[in-house]
Amino acid sequence: MAILGSNARRAALALLLTALAWGVHPAEEPGSAAGKRNPLESHDFERPPDDPASIARGKQVFSVNCSFCHGSDGRGGEGGPNLLRSPMVLNDQKGEIIAAVVLNGRIEKGMPKFNLPRDSITDIAAYLHSIKVSKMSNFTPRMVLVGDAAAGRAYFNGKGGCTRCHSVKKDLAGIGAMDPKTLQDRIFAGGETGLLGAAAAGAKPRKVTVTFPTGETVRGDLVSLDDFIVVVSDADGHRRSIRRDGDTPKVDVVNPRQPHLDMIRQWEDRDLHNVTAYLETLK
Amino acid sequence: MNVALKLLFTGLCALPVVSTAAAASLPPLAESWPTYSGDYTGKRFSSLTQINQSNVKHLTLAWVSRLKGGMDEGGGLLAPPPPPQIIGGEAKEPVVTGGVFSSDAPISVRGAVLQVDGVLYATAPDNAWAIDARTGNVLWHFFWKTKGGTHTGNKGMGLYKNWLFFETADDYLVSLDARTGQERWHKEIESFPEQYFSEAAPIVIGNHVLVGAGNDSDEPGSLRSVDPETGEIQWRFHTTPMNPGDPGADTWPNIEAARHGGGHVWVTGSYDEETHLYIFGTGNPSPAYSSHNRTGDNLFTCSLVAVDVETGKLAWYYQTSPHDTHDWDSAQTPVLVDGDFDGKPRKLVLQAARNGHFFVLDRVTGEHLLTSRFTPWGKWVKGLNKNGQPIRDPAHDPQVGGTIANLDGWTNWPPPSYSPQTGLFYVRGYENYGLYYYTETDPRGAMGMGGVARGGQVSLGTSIRAIDYKTGRIVWEHPFENGVGLPGMIGSGLLTTAGNLLFAADQGDNLVAFDPANGKPLWNTRLHGVSNAPETYMLDNHQYVMVAAGDTLYAFTLY
Repeated sequence: MAILGSNARRAALALLLTALAWGVHPAEEPGSAAGKRNPLESHDFERPPDDPASIARGKQVFSVNCSFCHGSDGRGGEGGPNLLRSPMVLNDQKGEIIAAVVLNGRIEKGMPKFNLPRDSITDIAAYLHSIKVSKMSNFTPRMVLVGDAAAGRAYFNGKGGCTRCHSVKKDLAGIGAMDPKTLQDRIFAGGETGLLGAAAAGAKPRKVTVTFPTGETVRGDLVSLDDFIVVVSDADGHRRSIRRDGDTPKVDVVNPRQPHLDMIRQWEDRDLHNVTAYLETLK
Repeated sequence: MNVALKLLFTGLCALPVVSTAAAASLPPLAESWPTYSGDYTGKRFSSLTQINQSNVKHLTLAWVSRLKGGMDEGGGLLAPPPPPQIIGGEAKEPVVTGGVFSSDAPISVRGAVLQVDGVLYATAPDNAWAIDARTGNVLWHFFWKTKGGTHTGNKGMGLYKNWLFFETADDYLVSLDARTGQERWHKEIESFPEQYFSEAAPIVIGNHVLVGAGNDSDEPGSLRSVDPETGEIQWRFHTTPMNPGDPGADTWPNIEAARHGGGHVWVTGSYDEETHLYIFGTGNPSPAYSSHNRTGDNLFTCSLVAVDVETGKLAWYYQTSPHDTHDWDSAQTPVLVDGDFDGKPRKLVLQAARNGHFFVLDRVTGEHLLTSRFTPWGKWVKGLNKNGQPIRDPAHDPQVGGTIANLDGWTNWPPPSYSPQTGLFYVRGYENYGLYYYTETDPRGAMGMGGVARGGQVSLGTSIRAIDYKTGRIVWEHPFENGVGLPGMIGSGLLTTAGNLLFAADQGDNLVAFDPANGKPLWNTRLHGVSNAPETYMLDNHQYVMVAAGDTLYAFTLY
């Protein structure tokens, strides 16, 4: 998928295993390879698949008889309720619950009787059960382009302070080739990130300097840090686990993404949209 | 004598008749851990003092117990025989659901572990175990062959006399004989085809077993009371109006929206023994993000609700997030505290809600007393109304162009704690941000959790915060490093003790004993992946501290 590269996908998968053990509620991206079901989207619990021919016939019968009120996709329309979330439809297996409503109507709610053969009602049920709620979306990444490029340029060169680190002629040259949603996501997060802000594979590591009371120092990439142990990967790639007792030794961390993190609480949506619109012009 | 019998005897002493919930009471949390929060108050404050600030640094491992889930295959000729296994379930073979919360994910004990008469009762999705609390040996293992459903984490069991109760992701309430693990019966508590998933910890109050479920589609939430002997339903409280004219119906555009309005009861609540009120939080309204189809406050979603445990009738409610648009449930454990407020002794209920606000109410009347924000970012909220409720700014609802907001709220279901010694309320918070893109441009809107894509996810870290309930102010905050490669996490729950200790995991690697006055670490041990809230209990005059890390339980004591 667009948001996570293949390395990030592998990293996300590994993280998920850790995450599950750690009691994480991962916020999975739609369509992520990490799982076929996105917990943030509507679920489609497994149902035994129906005969495709029955589904096709059901779609036909539905569109002729039902879609005027219930919408062509069953999500409701002119007067008729959404059928895809109807307990009657959800609990129905082969038309046995739906049939009573179709044949008798719901006169008090304005639904007439439909004198359909039982087989056609089974087909309608197969069609309704085949609709995947979780696949419904008409979203395209270009739809996120709602900002004003000129205002974005002004923000980029001025108040945003982006030019302290970035240049549209150098590191950002051609950045507009990226799809606008991915671009905006990366402007906000300061690069590619994974689930709940997990560092993407290949992201620049945080640098750490550990200073002992003797004045001796250890420098390298930060692997992990808690109140009790700091783990540093030195220039040769060796890992050193160093015990901490309160503030001894001293640990200083520099995060290359820090300027972006410092902006997180300050951003206004409008400025972000505008910067995205501006960078999108850098083809 | 088991705890339920003790309850019965307490009841007999207090009243001339064998009463039910009217006499339901539990002793202050100490020797045993007979219910989800240890006692009915939700404080997770133990009166045990043997382990305390002066000796906690000598705390040492008593035992380790690794729990095996699924079908026991045996370990081969030389392996010790597995514990007795009992198998239940409606499926012929367990269904592997796949996905992030797959039914075949590694075993992770995330909920409460009961401890009664020297036996521990632990759960993971589709699995339950009895464990010797002195040795860690597994006494029996129950495995449920699931039909599927969302398997995020089972929150534990309830106990009535010798009967255990737990929920399955495919929506059954299963009752087991605590002595043998044999199934007594199972009852369907929600409709699986309607996409409910049941993972809450049942709570036993008198002769009521209270159960709830989750649902990420558009179905309504409810709390049910079930008979512990027969499994028959006693009453059901719908958290959204089901019929025109029901209380709260005027907070929805029409009854169809209310009937699909969510508000699920997926976290165990607390019980006031004097008023017989069961107080619980409710989940987000549905559809979570297509909120234009549910204009209004959407009662009783994202609310604290008090019902009479005998009848299920509403006593009071307080909505902590009117018309939520971010899936910020208010299901978090309500904590019952007797304490001074504005110089007067009050019976209070405290809650830190997922929307980043801390609430203090009178738990007898539901009267609002205090709201404070315990988080540094509040652009989504324009202020508080005269009832102390956050006023959301619709400009920060999910939009097609992407809106910045906190991801997943500021805290979640892992339990908080309150210590009467410090007067402080402790809660784990996390500060994750990202972009919410509204992806459903059809005016009919999306269903359930649909209609939003996320992006630009960033974590500014997690922390434990200590809140003075009298002022709502944060007295101290202990931040944990992350962002190194670890995602911001909802983490695990908290425990305070009269030994003047706060037990909690850090980012997950360590179990730590903190000074509850200031958050200073006093002891730690590296368990890797602490997954539930620490608990404590007393056996043979020795206090134990126990915690789960994935599939492994660890117990600590002093020798």
